[in-house]
Amino acid sequence: MQVLAYLPFYPLLSFLLLIMLSKNLTWLQASIISVSSVGLSALSAGYLIHNFMISADSVVAVHLWQWFKLGDAAVNFALRLDSLSAVMLGVVTGVGFLIHVFAAAYMKGDENFSRFMAYMNLFISAMLLLVLADNLVLLYLGWEGVGLCSFLLIGFWYQEPANAKAAKKAFIVTRVGDTFFAIGLFLLFREVGSLTITDIMTSNELGLLVDNNMAFWICLLFVGGAVGKSAQLPLQTWLPDAMAGPTPVSALIHAATMVTAGVYLIARMNNLFLLTPQVMTIVAIIGALTLLLAGIAALAQSDIKRVLAYSTMSQIGYMMLGLGAGAFSAGVMHLMTHAFFKALLFLTAGAIILALHHQQNMFKMGGLLKKLPVISSLFFIGVAALIALPGTSGFVSKEAIIAELYSSKTAGPWFWWAAIVGALITSVYSFRMVFLTFFGQYRGCAEITKPSHYLLIMPLFLLAVLALAGGLITLDLTALFDVNVIDISTEPSWLHSVAVATPFIGIVIAYLIYFPHAGKTIRESKSKLTLFIQNGLGFNGLYSLLLVKPFLFLSKCNKNDVVELLIKAISWNVVTWHEVLKATQTASLRWYLAMLALGVIILLAVLLGQTSGELA
Amino acid sequence: MILTQIILVLFIGGFVAWRVELQRPQSAKWLSLIAIGFSLALLISFANDNHDIFYQYVKISQIPWINKFGINYAMGIDSLSFILIALTLLLGVVCVLVSWQEITDNIGFYYFNLLASLAGIVGVFSATDLFLFFFFWEVMLLPMTALIAIWGHEHRHYAAIKFFIFTQVSSLLMLLAIIVLALINQQHTGIWSFDYFELQKLTISSQTQYYLMLGFFIAFAVKLPSFPFHTWLPDAHTQAPTAGSVLLAGVLLKTGAYGLIRFVLGLFPEASLEFANIAVWLGVISILYGAKLAFAQTDFKRLVAYSSISHMGFVMLALFSFEQIAYHGALLTIVAHGLSSAALFAVAGMMYSRLHSRDLEIMGGLFSSAPVMGGMLLAFVAAAFGLPGLVNFVGEFLSLTGAFKVYPLQVVLGALGLIGSAIYGIYLFGQSFQGKVQHQIIDLTHRELLVCSSLLFLLVLFGLFPELILNHFTEYSLHTNINLITIDKLSIEVMS
Repeated sequence: MQVLAYLPFYPLLSFLLLIMLSKNLTWLQASIISVSSVGLSALSAGYLIHNFMISADSVVAVHLWQWFKLGDAAVNFALRLDSLSAVMLGVVTGVGFLIHVFAAAYMKGDENFSRFMAYMNLFISAMLLLVLADNLVLLYLGWEGVGLCSFLLIGFWYQEPANAKAAKKAFIVTRVGDTFFAIGLFLLFREVGSLTITDIMTSNELGLLVDNNMAFWICLLFVGGAVGKSAQLPLQTWLPDAMAGPTPVSALIHAATMVTAGVYLIARMNNLFLLTPQVMTIVAIIGALTLLLAGIAALAQSDIKRVLAYSTMSQIGYMMLGLGAGAFSAGVMHLMTHAFFKALLFLTAGAIILALHHQQNMFKMGGLLKKLPVISSLFFIGVAALIALPGTSGFVSKEAIIAELYSSKTAGPWFWWAAIVGALITSVYSFRMVFLTFFGQYRGCAEITKPSHYLLIMPLFLLAVLALAGGLITLDLTALFDVNVIDISTEPSWLHSVAVATPFIGIVIAYLIYFPHAGKTIRESKSKLTLFIQNGLGFNGLYSLLLVKPFLFLSKCNKNDVVELLIKAISWNVVTWHEVLKATQTASLRWYLAMLALGVIILLAVLLGQTSGELA
Repeated sequence: MILTQIILVLFIGGFVAWRVELQRPQSAKWLSLIAIGFSLALLISFANDNHDIFYQYVKISQIPWINKFGINYAMGIDSLSFILIALTLLLGVVCVLVSWQEITDNIGFYYFNLLASLAGIVGVFSATDLFLFFFFWEVMLLPMTALIAIWGHEHRHYAAIKFFIFTQVSSLLMLLAIIVLALINQQHTGIWSFDYFELQKLTISSQTQYYLMLGFFIAFAVKLPSFPFHTWLPDAHTQAPTAGSVLLAGVLLKTGAYGLIRFVLGLFPEASLEFANIAVWLGVISILYGAKLAFAQTDFKRLVAYSSISHMGFVMLALFSFEQIAYHGALLTIVAHGLSSAALFAVAGMMYSRLHSRDLEIMGGLFSSAPVMGGMLLAFVAAAFGLPGLVNFVGEFLSLTGAFKVYPLQVVLGALGLIGSAIYGIYLFGQSFQGKVQHQIIDLTHRELLVCSSLLFLLVLFGLFPELILNHFTEYSLHTNINLITIDKLSIEVMS
């Protein structure tokens, strides 16, 4: 399949072109090259999905070349499109294309525009390899590639030390997860003897993995990789800082695509995870805790992008919770709809930030509904989908996850309640954001310039359509996930009504607390509790104390290498004894004679002492 | 005779360059380039005609040298030697190109030393007589020491002496082991021989074998270098001129790895297996210790030097796991590190020539004035931290995957080196090219761009098509290299 074979490489080609020509390109040339390359990938994706993904078990595969061999098992550069990767492919190329269009307008004035678009292209290429990889090593290539691009793009405005620091943090924290993933690969290869995904899924050894408990360790290590990339507990701390990157980057990498790679990995390896209910429950616990903690943290943010970042964390928590409960289809569905509405939210937020001349603090906003009505209504659509109001795509996918929690064997009522409380918090922080940003009086001082470039507005409308109607896209993933976790007979009848009603209760709460009625003063709270929550509930401080500081301390202590001391000791001895012995060589006859006499006397004394000792 | 021709071309080329430079300034670098290019061409044409013989280690020429002790001038080749010689010559070209403007004193003598050192290294990789091997081992060291001592940076004398003493003391142990080995052979067979293939046939009692193996092991572990014999390396790398660092990191360290494969594993398989556990631990410690110390450095070249220790730890770990996959990984890591560390030192030299400093703390924001250099540095740093798509990743991945079967705990600890390398790599790039703009520098010149892009091209080429190298190391050649069949049997015995 030539179409599939070329698909991931158009953006790569564009990357090479842009990097080599870089500053010689005008804005128009660079935009056309970068956007059309992603467009080409998107068209190919559309063609493939339309023509070949007819039934749930359709597969398109293409072998490019043999990469290397692990003993007898070949590791190939080979791509494989099945119904799960088709969903990812659609999201990456489709949403990716819209974000590229937006980015071309958003970054127009930047002096390094070509470089920015080049990095974005490279990212898309790596992400496509990640989702289309036919084996886990190629997947790992994409996995690391997107990590590097994330580093480059977060630190795109590298002259600001804070941005460079955030980029480093993101890279190193996710690298910790990646290392777990790599160890998982070593273990998996030792047990199964192959890293090709289909081989692993159909391997006869899988039963053995349960018996010797290796499935548990492999899956746990994979979860380690997934929580790093997807910013879940305990490796979540990098994501809020990653907002230092330009807003299209946040939309593309830190909302729609890269951060969902962990979810994709677990869904991809579902056969393996189903072998170990314990790890499934661990995944569910991680998801539940993250969605709650991130939701709480979102309540105290003042930067609009950080609210969205915590919200992303929390929504990925839902996906993880779904996967852990065995609701793979619902989890993947939420991945897709989340990509739509979160990209919409980030991009509209970006448009607002642009209109306010790079003001991101919500306490410096307010009353924007009147000043920017179109963008505000688009933002409302995103928020409605985020809090899962009926009629939006978010409703379809989130309710699907929540519906499967209560009677799941690996989750249960507790997890259901966590999801409900999480939904309540979601709608509270979302409407806090809405009220602060769009209602009341405008509190900023910068003049508002309406963003008017059609490239900026057009993608927002398309994303808004997807955020509303994306739930109508039916995903038939039954060929991959043949699990049914719902057991209606044991569930109370009120579950569904509560789940649907929760967001509305949240809106009411938010209205009571945060609505800027006339006369109410809006101030940024600086209390200790607010700051604690704002900084992500102390995780940063904890890791700094437990990991970063000891590491820095050790490095500083041993900067000069203790082993060197040993070598220095040897050389010191050599030099010292050399000096001592040299000092005896005075070339003075009197001194030599005196020493000779002294030696004889000492020798005699010793001998005498010995003989007298023997006599006595 | 082809290998002898290459050595002679290099040596005579160096000598001619030295003498001609005195008459016609600026000619030495061109003559050196021609000499290395010519020897590279010789090697390639030889490989084209004879690649069938590379699958096993064969002697291709032999001339009696010291008949009384059965010492021959004997040269041989197989895929392992071929690849290392090719790497040596290739980096030789890089060395000349990075010295182009850096060296201003005593230019002729400099190129003579450079080429003499290359000739010695080629000799090391091709000698099949142990005495001859030792001879070349010394030949490569003397000009290298001179390069550091004469054209190095501020503490060059200290670094050169340290380098010299470390290598001399350790090679003394090797010389001792070689002589004892020949003596044992003489007692068994009645004839004197230093021939690799003859000595390989010897059966030696396990205790003697262990001590002999240690003699070789220490010499090569110093060269590799492995913890705790590594402390010469940061000083030598940092103080050497750019080409010296490129040569040291790119090929001189590889003579250590070569020695481990060819002599330690090849001559003493049983003793090596017995010793494997210790060696693997040394590898793991080197990985972690090197990575941690690399992060602590503020000197650009010193950081890269410590990272070399870390990477060579992977080679040690892989070789002593006695797994075919890991062995392939070690081979790739040798090539990968040769290319990537040479590239990093080359960039360090380019930065030094502009900033006259290697101090990372005074750098920052260089990306604004030198984006091409920044991109190249990032790519080489990415190679160092094992970004997939570059050959270093495949090397490390194969090493760890293969070794995991035998030493799971050690591999898990070694894998933490992946985090360590990301930390120091990102720190290196971030400190120099990100942050507030401290300096304005000129971006890469065409010559520098040529050096960087060709090294990057090779890193990517072998990263995507490692089979280009690994194809030459089929199981057959593996068995002749490290006697894996016997090892397999032995390991079963040891485990049961």
